[in-house]
Amino acid sequence: MRHILSVLLENEPGALSRVVGLFSQRNFNIETLTVAATDDGTLSRMTVTTLGSDKVVEQITKQLNKLIDVIKVVDLTEGEHIERELMLIKLKANSSAARDEIKRTADIFRGQVIDATPNTFTVQLAGSSDKLDAFINALSGASLLEVVRSGVSGIARGEKVLSL
Amino acid sequence: MELLSGAEMVIRALRDEGVQHIYGYPGGALLHVYDAIFQQDEVQHVLVRHEQAATHMADAYARATGKAGVALVTSGPGATNAVTGIATAYMDSIPMVVITGQVMSFLIGEDAFQETDMIGISRPVVKHSFSVQRPEDIPSIIKKAFHIAQTGRPGPVVVDIPKDMTTPTERYEYEYPKSVKMRSYNPVSRGHSGQIKKAVDLLLGAKRPVIYSGGGIIMGDAHVELAELARSLNVPVTNTLMGLGGFPGTDRQFVGMLGMHGSYEANMVMHHADVVLAIGARFDDRVTNGVDKFCPTAKIIHVDIDPASISKTITADIPIVGPARDIIKEMIQLVKGAQTGPDAEAAKQWWQQIDEWRARHGGRFDINDEGLMKPQQVIEMLSKVTNGDAYVCSDVGQHQMFAAQYYKFNQPKRWINSGGLGTMGFGLPAAMGVKMNFPDAHVACVTGEGSIQMNIQELSTCQQYDIPVKIICLNNQSLGMVRQWQDMNYESRHSQSYMKSLPDFVKLAESYGHVGMKVDKYADLEGAMTEAFAMTDRLVFMDIAVDPFEHVYPMQVPRGAMRDMWLSKTERT
Repeated sequence: MRHILSVLLENEPGALSRVVGLFSQRNFNIETLTVAATDDGTLSRMTVTTLGSDKVVEQITKQLNKLIDVIKVVDLTEGEHIERELMLIKLKANSSAARDEIKRTADIFRGQVIDATPNTFTVQLAGSSDKLDAFINALSGASLLEVVRSGVSGIARGEKVLSL
Repeated sequence: MELLSGAEMVIRALRDEGVQHIYGYPGGALLHVYDAIFQQDEVQHVLVRHEQAATHMADAYARATGKAGVALVTSGPGATNAVTGIATAYMDSIPMVVITGQVMSFLIGEDAFQETDMIGISRPVVKHSFSVQRPEDIPSIIKKAFHIAQTGRPGPVVVDIPKDMTTPTERYEYEYPKSVKMRSYNPVSRGHSGQIKKAVDLLLGAKRPVIYSGGGIIMGDAHVELAELARSLNVPVTNTLMGLGGFPGTDRQFVGMLGMHGSYEANMVMHHADVVLAIGARFDDRVTNGVDKFCPTAKIIHVDIDPASISKTITADIPIVGPARDIIKEMIQLVKGAQTGPDAEAAKQWWQQIDEWRARHGGRFDINDEGLMKPQQVIEMLSKVTNGDAYVCSDVGQHQMFAAQYYKFNQPKRWINSGGLGTMGFGLPAAMGVKMNFPDAHVACVTGEGSIQMNIQELSTCQQYDIPVKIICLNNQSLGMVRQWQDMNYESRHSQSYMKSLPDFVKLAESYGHVGMKVDKYADLEGAMTEAFAMTDRLVFMDIAVDPFEHVYPMQVPRGAMRDMWLSKTERT
């Protein structure tokens, strides 16, 4: 099953490599990983999506908590949550038919064309990973030149807050 | 406030932490630190002959005292040579602080001379590591390093110090912190009372209970409480390889070590138990055998300081996270206060069954009066000559298993061995680390002709510092444990397990200024060993010829249940 883990950790040199190293060392799977400093510059917030049984995810959570730099770990999929991923996608758009088709599909998915050349369109799209997959599938007729995805960022719904 | 250079702060911080010995080897990146060592006499430095030995000495000091040992090694090859020793400590949860030199901070990443990314290389085998970025952080980093190494589930901590952090001419205000506060590190300090109550209820209702305890009892100083709990419940106790000495080896309630080379009775008790109380143990693959067949009728109570150890391989019915001693104390109070004690009739039947198992095997081995000595006889003699009171520091292989099976440890912290990583070459430096700190105790290194050659250069260190350990080398002229597996699984094709051209160990010992003895008849063993231990101020290397064809038994059948064992070359359960 897919799980989204939110990790609050010290914004220290080497902290990221400890987390990534842990996953490979213990044979855990990483689907996506995003990390950046928070409003508090001493803290980083990381979102990891992983596939595994409940037992495996329990181990991942425990092993993450064991890392000295890690302050808190929450499995967002245990409760109501919101997940978003950003995608930048560059497509061949060298005919008016192709350009119309891409524009129409992007509108349906609430994406925006953020760059254009005579031969290409670059579309920006944010949403759940499934939605991004669906957009790629919907454009299967167009020629994809390049796809960049940010990986998932997640947050709990409602009043629940992951902080110190 | 006093002004000190980074180099001086390193040594002063160690002194303020109460460190008496550091084990190390100098090199370019550490020259400032070594100069600071030269200019004081409170922290004694022990010069090894290879950095691996420095880490094992520090590790063994920690195993024997419970306090973190300290190793000091230079950058590059010094640091990489220390990695095996760090991994050894990590696998056995041993507190250790390893200070590694590093190239100047402005050279990092440029493939400078003797540069290696020690933080990166050691990452999977440390509890934590620090890279010093500012000299003035040295005292607080060293304080944190000891705190992390020694609390919670202990482990090794690396402190990597670039050379320019130790420049003698740059001085900073020095104050050693009295305490540590880290928002991201707060080990559990007590067990959950509700869970403890549930566990005790389960134990009191059990008909065939057993306590399975490991290294957590030793490192958690919980042996006294463990014995009291075991007596109050009248349950059998089995120890892991790391847990030996955590319960008296000669006690009637002790059924021996469990697992791959565990005693017949211990493995049978585990298989048939209805409640298993695991304390400070981690259900290692060498303990459980096939996990799907492990203890089929048992409810599992698992007490451990590390939540990640719980339900990692075997799912616990009652998990309890916390320090072993406090949790056991709470259990004892609950047992005392219980309205009904353990089921006496069930206990009687359980002990009757255990005694039958004991009678069936009970650690017997065949003796050949005419031929070569059996390794087991040598360990039994060692136990006799040292009154079961020696520090036994073992290397890795058949001799390690024989020592674990036949030396009866009645006290904790006396059995010093590389259990998790299985590091050949551990024994001699480990014995040295213990002997330097317990000069009046009997300290034996039980080894084989294979293992001893992995750190034999340390005979030179022993000469320099007068470290009179006794080396009990069970010489079977082959890598015995490898050979045993080849006998059992590869139709006796002894691929690379035979050691040709062994040195004359007696002459070798003598060349380092020590005493060498060769023993090849059992009739001579007691006299020779007594003589060796009587030479309290000399290192004695006893090269003892033993039967090269002997196997370690019992041995569990791979992927079977706990009860599936070979009891001899021809007999299976």
